[in-house]
Amino acid sequence: MGSTLAEKLLIHNTGEKNIKPGDIVIAYPDRYMIHDIYTSFLKRALKDMGVTKALHPEKAVIVLDHLMPTNQAATDPEHFRDGIELSEKLNIQNLHKGEGISHSLMHELRYAKPGNVVVATDSHTTTYGGAACFCTGIGHTEMAAALATGEIWLKVPSAIKIVIDGEFKNGVSAKDIILRILGDIKSDGGQYKSLEFTGSAVKSMSMNQRFTIANMSLEAGAKCGLFEVDEKTADYYDMDYHEISWLKIDEDAQYEKVLHYNVSELEPQLSCPQGVDNVHGISAVEGTKLNEVYIGSCTNGSIEDMAVAAEILKGKKIAKYLKLVIIPATNHVFKESMRLGYIKTFIDAGGMVSHPCCGLCCGQPYGLLSDGEVVLGTNNRNFIGRMGTKKSLIYLSSPAVAATSALAGVITNPVTQ
Amino acid sequence: MEKKFSGKVWKLPDDVDTDTIIAGRHGVILDKKEMGSHCLETLRPEFASEVKPGDILVAGKNFGCGSSREMAAEAINVHGVECIVAKSFARIFFRNAINNGMLLIESEEIPESCEEGDILTVEVNQKVTVNGKGFEISKLPDNLFAIIQDGGLVKNTIKRIQNSK
Repeated sequence: MGSTLAEKLLIHNTGEKNIKPGDIVIAYPDRYMIHDIYTSFLKRALKDMGVTKALHPEKAVIVLDHLMPTNQAATDPEHFRDGIELSEKLNIQNLHKGEGISHSLMHELRYAKPGNVVVATDSHTTTYGGAACFCTGIGHTEMAAALATGEIWLKVPSAIKIVIDGEFKNGVSAKDIILRILGDIKSDGGQYKSLEFTGSAVKSMSMNQRFTIANMSLEAGAKCGLFEVDEKTADYYDMDYHEISWLKIDEDAQYEKVLHYNVSELEPQLSCPQGVDNVHGISAVEGTKLNEVYIGSCTNGSIEDMAVAAEILKGKKIAKYLKLVIIPATNHVFKESMRLGYIKTFIDAGGMVSHPCCGLCCGQPYGLLSDGEVVLGTNNRNFIGRMGTKKSLIYLSSPAVAATSALAGVITNPVTQ
Repeated sequence: MEKKFSGKVWKLPDDVDTDTIIAGRHGVILDKKEMGSHCLETLRPEFASEVKPGDILVAGKNFGCGSSREMAAEAINVHGVECIVAKSFARIFFRNAINNGMLLIESEEIPESCEEGDILTVEVNQKVTVNGKGFEISKLPDNLFAIIQDGGLVKNTIKRIQNSK
């Protein structure tokens, strides 16, 4: 019998021959990523354990992205200092401060590769699954133990195969299909599981679109969201395709269930207040008045997302009573956006461009909302109170919907504009 | 952890997310007690001041969904809550809670059979009794139960490092 992608990756990492869902295996992570929310807590956990060394400092990466430069004077500078101190004490050379969002850097800098097992102190670690990397989030105590021992226990997940066929209409993209899937399977529909994506629409997706879907697989509770590799994956990582061609879904692998989607007739989708799985087609919410639009995050802050927004905003002005906040995910995306004229387009349209960081997506700056205010963001989560007060309202969408809506001041369909 | 213990029930709904357990801006507070004083404040503002050591949380499905922030488990645990029963748990919260030495029990029936303030009795790895009704519970895998027995992953890791020397 064949294997799911999750099984293949864990077999490759652990050396175990026969594994099945539910088995607990000891894995040896190829990468560990720690971000600034956790630096101080990790330092404390290491101290409590009496650990002074990382077994493989060369495999660790520290990214300061959530609390940068600072949001709260009482706490954030200490998290920053502890990040620097950890890098020195544990001899972690891979240190990135204010260079961008951890998950975007993890694939952009090729830290997380196809075939790897990666653990990181953040839930959206599932992102690099877009390139067949078994990557999943853990807490700081577990990170401390993993750094000390080089091991982590993992339960082999059962898997759901999601076949996505068809061709996206202009103005519809990867974000719309993952929102639709979340609306269907709900926020616990992938609990503990591996979501594995295949189909003709998947083959036509860029790497960034695959990362968007893998990123939001977590919002269904998934342990990982994995894509098969192809020539595009190999090109992105500058790898020989034959080195990674084993990362394909076996026809006879055992899946808990198989879901089929065709995107040809899909309209733009929005996650509505308040729950990621409260998803509606745009026709149900068109015309909703907005106070703010946010384009960015590890879900949709790539250069392709900036290009989509720039094309829509070029030569136009955003609505008078609206704030538009745009945050390129990394310095590389920021610089490319400058080179290609996107930043000028955003500013000329009336937008505010911030330095690469997690920002509003995690309730840090910039652009927090007050009671009754409505934001439309391209990020991944709309829990109550996440982007402001608990009476603010959050919609999630693709960059195309976000940019089109910023011009109109109300939720607007990019397909019919 | 005692093999048999009882506690008063705090009843919580489905899909209690990590932002609801501890908001991002409070999750960075290093003092555990101060951080814990904000636990569940948007959902149950009285929780942090009224919860007593030994109380038990009983929730619906998908408890702890969202962020990997371990502070969500710590913010509950700092009040002396050592056991949570839910219809299901989010994956990372499940790991974090066990790593903090908390016993998690998954059950569809128990949350349906008790209300706020009821007394729930847990016989570890065997059964839960509430309102005169007994419910069998599944046994945790040995490696996870060892972490709980050791009082969390910090102590468990110290032991493992010492044993490997």
